[in-house]
This record gives sequence, structure tokens and C-alpha cells, in this order.
Amino acid sequence: MDSAFIIEKSVVIVTVFALTMIMAMYSTWAERKVAAFLQDRIGPNRAGAWGLLQPLADGLKFFSKEEFFPNTPNKFLFVVGPAIAMSTALMTSAVIPWGDKLHLFGRDIVLQATDIDVSLLYIFGVVSVGVYGIMIGGWASNNKFSLMGAVRAASQMVSYEVAMGLSMIALLMMTGTLSLKEISVQQAGMNWNVFYQPLSFLIFLICAFAETNRTPFDLAECESELIGGYHTEYSSMKMGFYLFAEYANMFISSAILSVLFFGGYNYPGMAWAIENWGVNTANILGFLALFIKICGFIFFYMWVRWTIPRFRYDQLMNLGWKILIPLSIINIIITGIVLLRNEILTFLGF
Amino acid sequence: MTFWERLYLIAIVKGLFITIKHLFTRKVTIQYPEQVRPFSPVYRGQHMLKRDEQGRENCTACGLCALSCPAEAITMKAAERKAGEEHLYREEKYAEIYEINMLRCIFCGLCEEACPKDAIYLTLSKELVPAQYHREDFIFGKDKLVMPLDVAMKNTQLKNAN
Repeated sequence: MDSAFIIEKSVVIVTVFALTMIMAMYSTWAERKVAAFLQDRIGPNRAGAWGLLQPLADGLKFFSKEEFFPNTPNKFLFVVGPAIAMSTALMTSAVIPWGDKLHLFGRDIVLQATDIDVSLLYIFGVVSVGVYGIMIGGWASNNKFSLMGAVRAASQMVSYEVAMGLSMIALLMMTGTLSLKEISVQQAGMNWNVFYQPLSFLIFLICAFAETNRTPFDLAECESELIGGYHTEYSSMKMGFYLFAEYANMFISSAILSVLFFGGYNYPGMAWAIENWGVNTANILGFLALFIKICGFIFFYMWVRWTIPRFRYDQLMNLGWKILIPLSIINIIITGIVLLRNEILTFLGF
Repeated sequence: MTFWERLYLIAIVKGLFITIKHLFTRKVTIQYPEQVRPFSPVYRGQHMLKRDEQGRENCTACGLCALSCPAEAITMKAAERKAGEEHLYREEKYAEIYEINMLRCIFCGLCEEACPKDAIYLTLSKELVPAQYHREDFIFGKDKLVMPLDVAMKNTQLKNAN
């Protein structure tokens, strides 16, 4: 392992980290802007042009607020909760292929922090650890509302993780790999997985909403019932970390959706661009294409938030266990039949 | 419900189209300090304590306005007029302190109706109570409420001219 490699990877990691943070920051701004526009308002526009400095102002405000500790025997866990939520939210971005590669300084720089061959399992693992942040925080708050929120978040995430994993299996049967890089490469041209696995995409999308605790599945923090849910007792930057983690999660899940189903960094005419404009330009365009897809999904998250009201808790569980899981199993069976159609036909004697 | 209705997907897509339409509609926001909502011609706001033709304060601190105020926004303290202050106050009693809490006032105009001396009235002024950082700044004392002397004199001149 030479030093150039370490420098290269460090630069990529820092860039991805900064990108995630900036996107999470500006998602809060975008959320407020989109909310305002969908409600015929203008939204924040006083801090900087179009309110672009609003996230900075919000961050400053978070830092300057009193750090409140509830009367809890678990001060340590109370602090660990948001820390886990934040770190898991940032860890997932490590395996996402942000682009193919750049050719700089005589070496190929892969635009991905690390290309492990079990990327998808890694993401599932890290995302399920993220629940602990919410659970520990809600439990350590020593507050009934927080506990209710935490319990809801935990059960919701557990039940939707199943449907999410099952919907993935159909896709994995088709791609035959768990590496996100491989999956991106396979979708070159317009071979996007969404055209082959629309049902899988739909289930994954719904589960992604549930996993990120977004409306219509934001039962863990529904204001009308639980005040703030698991972050009721939090203040200052610890509260900020929870909110930040939520937006970082939204960004990452949008990225995963784009990579798995919408071709990742691929865009129509990419092969032509590599030939005529060179590797660097084409791949920077690829990164931009991925970025646009991600922003589209983030917008979709916000759009849905202001369209669909929150589910009731039993409806949520019904949808997860009685509809999505059977649907994804059916999807697996159909995919299996289509993949093995030749063998089946031979077996039946055609 | 039919199968497609039970899926809810179509309904959700329809709902999404309704919300996206609002993204492009005209925004109703009024950018307040720069842009002001048009007021009704009968609008009355911003109280004023009147002076008479000779520039003396009308208010005699009877307390009827404070009594009639549904928001309990008015406080006052009465004082006796000393010799030599006849050019300042019309009657023997006057309001030493007269305060209206603008955070409580609902601009109903009942104080104006209650006043037997025609002392307090709501003006045509379109100025709204400006934003402040401290609550104390919203308590308007006599310095802000009493009609300026030159205005009173000008009114007298106008009256005499007619």
C-alpha cells in the first residue's frame, strides 16, 4: 500500500464526508423551501439570497442553545444515542460508487471510498445499527413519550427491514452480485434495474420511507401524539445530531435508490461521452447524473411528505407484514421463474 | 372497493399531482416590512391621547378606558394638577403615567368609546407596532401616545381658519 493510495483514499473519504454533511445541511433548507412552495408560500428568504445561509443560522442556533439533561440515570447513554445515529448515518456513504473513475496524476482514482464485495449487506447492517441510536436515546431520556417513540421506531424498522431485504433478494438474483460498483456497471446504457424490477423498486421505496422515518411513516416522532418522539428530551446540538442524521439518512437512501434502480452514475450516451470527451469529463458528468438522481429522490421524499398524511400504527404494521412481505416473496418467485425459464421448460419436456 | 382502489397507489399518484400543481401557483406571501397588506378604509390603529385647542391634555385619568379594555392593556396613574400647570392639563386631575401594552391591545376601540373626555382615540395611522427585541419596548408610555404639541396647534389653526 503506497502513500499515494492512502492520500487518494483520504481525499475521496473527506470529500464524501463533506458532501454528505453539506447535503444534509441543505436538505433542511430544501425541506423548508419545498414545504413552503407546496403550500403556496415562499419559505426562508432572509438569511442570504433565497435564504441560502439559513442552515448556517440554524446550526449556530443549535450550538448556542442550552444543553439540557433530563433527570435520567443514564447520562452516558443519553449522549451515546445521537452519536450512534449520526455515525451510522455517515458510515453508509462509504460504499456508494459516486462515479466510475477519474484519470488524474497518472493514476486511476476510483470515486468510491471502498468497493467491498458485500456492500449491500454492509449497508443493511449499518442501517439496522442506526435503530440503536434512536432506541438508546429514547430509552435513556426517561420520558414516556420518548420511550413510545423509540419502541415505535424499533418495531417499525424491524418489520420494514424484512420487506426491504426480501425486495432486494429479487434484484440480487438478477444482478448476481452484492457489490454496488458491480451493480452500477451492469446498468450501463439504459439497462436500469427499475425497468426489470418495478415491483422490487416500489417495495424498496416504501421501505426506504419507513427506514428513514419520513412521512407517511414518521410514527416515531409524530408531533401530534408523541411531542417529538425519541428526541423530545433532547436540546442543543444533540437534537441537531438527530435531525442531521435523519437528513443524512435521507441523502444516503436516495443515493442507494439511485444506484440500485436508476443506474447509479450511468447516463444515456455515457459510452459515447467517454470516447469523445475523455474519461474525466464523462465521469464527472456521471457524478452529476447521480447527483441529479439523488436530488430528485430527495425532492420526492419532501413532495410525499406534504401529500400523504401519517399512517395509523396498525395500518403501518398491516402494510409491512401483510402486504409488502408477501408481495416481495411473490416478486422473488416470479423473478426466479423468469431467470430459470429455460431449465423449467426443459424439465417440463418442451 | 375494487382491487385498484384498494391498492391506493392511484390515489397517491393523484394526490402527488395535486401537490405538485401548488409548486407553480402564485405565492400568497406578503413580504411584510417591504410590502404592506392594503388596509381597509375604515382601519383604525395606533392610539393617541388628544390635546384640546390650547394644547392641554384632555385626559383626566378617570380610568374608564382601563376598565372597558377587554384585553386589560391600559394602566394609568392619576396625579393632581399643581398651580402653574394649567396650560398643560385641562382638568384638575391628569394621568401622570399612561401606558398601553401593545402586545395585549386588540385594537377594538372600546377605550375610545368609553372615554368621557374625548381624550383617547384610535388614529388612521397605517403604522403597525414595529418588532422589538424586548417586551418592555412594547409598552407605550405617554411619550409615544400623547399628541405632539405642534399637531395640536396646527389643528387649532385649521379650526380657527374654518
